[in-house]
Amino acid sequence: MSTAAFWALAVLAVASGIMVFRFDSMARATFSLLTALLCVGGELIVLGLDYLGVVTVLMMTIEMAIMAVFMIMFMMNPAGLMPMTMLHNRRGAALICAGSFTSLVVGILLVPWPRRVGRAPADPTMDLGMSLMGPQMLTMMTLGMALFATIVATVVLATRRGRYDRYGDDLRAARPDDPVRGGVGR
Amino acid sequence: MNLELFLITAAALFCVGLYGALTQQSIVMLMMGLELMLGGVILAAGAAWHHIAPAAADGQVLIVVAITAMAVEMAIGFAVVTALFRSREVDTTDMAAELRE
Repeated sequence: MSTAAFWALAVLAVASGIMVFRFDSMARATFSLLTALLCVGGELIVLGLDYLGVVTVLMMTIEMAIMAVFMIMFMMNPAGLMPMTMLHNRRGAALICAGSFTSLVVGILLVPWPRRVGRAPADPTMDLGMSLMGPQMLTMMTLGMALFATIVATVVLATRRGRYDRYGDDLRAARPDDPVRGGVGR
Repeated sequence: MNLELFLITAAALFCVGLYGALTQQSIVMLMMGLELMLGGVILAAGAAWHHIAPAAADGQVLIVVAITAMAVEMAIGFAVVTALFRSREVDTTDMAAELRE
């Protein structure tokens, strides 16, 4: 049962991963990527990591929904109705990817992988939670800080007009330089 | 269904994503390639946890790190695309290639 699930999900993941870069329509490409990443989540569930598999599935669903919006905002040709190629350096990239895939596969097959040590805990989710709140606390705190820094950086990058635009480079302008006056008594 | 099969699937996903990231001109499509590469990393980490050291939680923690990296990459990537488009009306990598003052 799990072998069949593994093969179905693996083939679907790689096939839809390839189709991401072959579809003309951006909506199709996004949903193809979503399929590939949902299959990765499914493979995690096959491996016995129920919680992380479901987290991956939920996160990818929302992420791809947001991505579809940005695709339509920023692509020149979102529907793929005008045939155009948006590619560069295809031969070099194909060579690099074929080379890296070959070397990865050779490495995977030649490395003497260690034997399985220990048994999976009855509840891997509990194990993960105890680990993140115990010996791996530093990892968790680093991730938290990284996510917080991401929030700040994202807002800074995406803001159209910040305080330096409004109050000048030394922030000493008496009145903010706004395109439209008003708001909070200004 | 052994470790090697999982890792080969992960390597295939990684290399397909690498091809996309190297060939696509649109920055958003390039980010889709990066997502696919990180998907391969997640799968490889899960397989390593299951087949090598299931008693330790380190493999699971590695998956959490990879998922966080994916979220950070998406958020920062879209913010950079927005900032680039605001300042120069640019949405492809080739047009953003020149550093200028």
